[in-house]
Amino acid sequence: MDENAALFEFLLRMGDNTLILGHRVSEWCGHAPVLEEDIALANTALDLIGQTQMWLGLAGEIEGQGRSADDLAFLRDAWDFRNLLLVEQPNGDFGQTMMRQFLFDAWHLPMLTMLAVGGHERIAEIAAKAAKEAAYHLDRSADLVIGLGDGTEESHARMQAALDLLWPYMAEPFEADEVDAAMTEAGVAPDPGTMRGAFMEKVGAVMDAATLTVPERRFAQTGGKSGVRHSEHLGHILTQMQWLQRAYPGAAW
Amino acid sequence: MYAQMVQSTGKGVKSRAEMTEDERRFQDRVDAGEKIEPKDWMPEGYRRTLIRQIGQHAHSEIVGQLPEGNWITRAPTLERKAILLAKVQDEAGHGLYLYCAAETLGVSRDELTEDLLSGRMKYSSIFNYPTLTWADMGAVGWLVDGAAIMNQVPLQRTSYGPYSRAMIRICKEESFHQRQGYDIMLKMARGTPAQKRMAQDALNRFWYPSLMMFGPSDADSVHSAQSMAWKIKINTNDELRQKFVDQTVPQAEFLGLTVPDPDLKWNEERGHYDFSEPDWSEFFAVIAGEGPCNAERMAARRKAWDDGAWVREGLMAHAEKKRAAKVAAE
Repeated sequence: MDENAALFEFLLRMGDNTLILGHRVSEWCGHAPVLEEDIALANTALDLIGQTQMWLGLAGEIEGQGRSADDLAFLRDAWDFRNLLLVEQPNGDFGQTMMRQFLFDAWHLPMLTMLAVGGHERIAEIAAKAAKEAAYHLDRSADLVIGLGDGTEESHARMQAALDLLWPYMAEPFEADEVDAAMTEAGVAPDPGTMRGAFMEKVGAVMDAATLTVPERRFAQTGGKSGVRHSEHLGHILTQMQWLQRAYPGAAW
Repeated sequence: MYAQMVQSTGKGVKSRAEMTEDERRFQDRVDAGEKIEPKDWMPEGYRRTLIRQIGQHAHSEIVGQLPEGNWITRAPTLERKAILLAKVQDEAGHGLYLYCAAETLGVSRDELTEDLLSGRMKYSSIFNYPTLTWADMGAVGWLVDGAAIMNQVPLQRTSYGPYSRAMIRICKEESFHQRQGYDIMLKMARGTPAQKRMAQDALNRFWYPSLMMFGPSDADSVHSAQSMAWKIKINTNDELRQKFVDQTVPQAEFLGLTVPDPDLKWNEERGHYDFSEPDWSEFFAVIAGEGPCNAERMAARRKAWDDGAWVREGLMAHAEKKRAAKVAAE
């Protein structure tokens, strides 16, 4: 695979993850269980959208076709999105949202940490900045998973159900394809499979403290980061997110 | 202005002769511009009025997340989405400062929340209007935050210390909110014909509800007279409304938009704009729960609270387990 094409794909993956998750988290605005969580969720969404601007901005530059971060976010259709299936899953209840956030953060932080010491200067810069935010996100999501897992009988049951529901999506981040191979070879990004150990260790520790059980491995849901088969949810997210740009083409906002 | 028609004692301002010794000393401190702090002696009416006013303001910040939250997922660019998220996050933060200020008067946030959800306490009428287009995000920032600032700037000098300090922090952020709203309006007003139409439509819908934010004329209100004597209200509603109109009309002209009031005109003699009063029967209907979005706004807040019960209970139970384990270990 051409290195530039692989780089573009890789940057879309990073940026689409934060874009779609940021969108999902922002759906909570004004509806959280306590005021502090309204603030924290908005803050998380804000960080993720900020990261999106950096990743997709760089993706547009690398592509060299004159597309801006906004063009990439608002004018691609679902099959051109490269986010993990995990992040497009619906919010569900607060527990499901925080479980999704924790599983994402527990992959995202080590990924960013590796990218920050990788061989691509611009990527390393973005990753270093994003890693600071991701570290905070992970602390918070881990705390909430523990608190709710080891809370009441009801909160425990809800958190276990969330983990069971989302676990099949946690193979996808660690599966390598030709884009990953090209990034690994170029020294930009780690081989995704090598990051599974650290991820499992973190998940194991948090789930132990949360008194939750990691399910037996079931059939892995994949197809998001390759764009081959997204879930039905992504189209609805884009319908909402892209509406103004699609309805009023060429307008400046 | 996120507090409207706050009831005070309803008895009118006491003369010095009618005051007790404590009340006289208190009034002297207020008159001298001293700040009243939570542990200081204060009349019960002062405390209760402040709880109503600060509580209503806090609730307005919380309910106020909803009309703007309505557009976060549809914001047209990443930058606009980020700015709107930051703004709504600020508002939740303002709610938090204000609940904390109210707590210093001996009422808990949970109690105030219950009062909001049961309808015993109100929030600003403005948040019962729908946000229908992206230009409404501009109009809310420009007009609604603009009207809020009119009242909040003088409240930085209010007599109650914690409230005054909360207002100082809030005002810094509100002026950014108003600027971002005006910036959206400017972009729309200078944009395509469809965008300009959206901008004008937003001004048409938000103009009179914004004027209502100051509340009806309170020149003869005993509640306002008492609140002003206690310096928890600094200006009359009419003064603030006039100031808002005088400030806003030239801004609308700069945008090339038309204020939806055929009788609006500059009065050279008064040095102010003459303008039409809003339809106060609509205002009272909105306050009574019959506005376009009252039912939805309250349903959304009740659902957030009810759906969140298991989360709050779960986290409390966990904290209790941790505390017990710590005690056992010692």
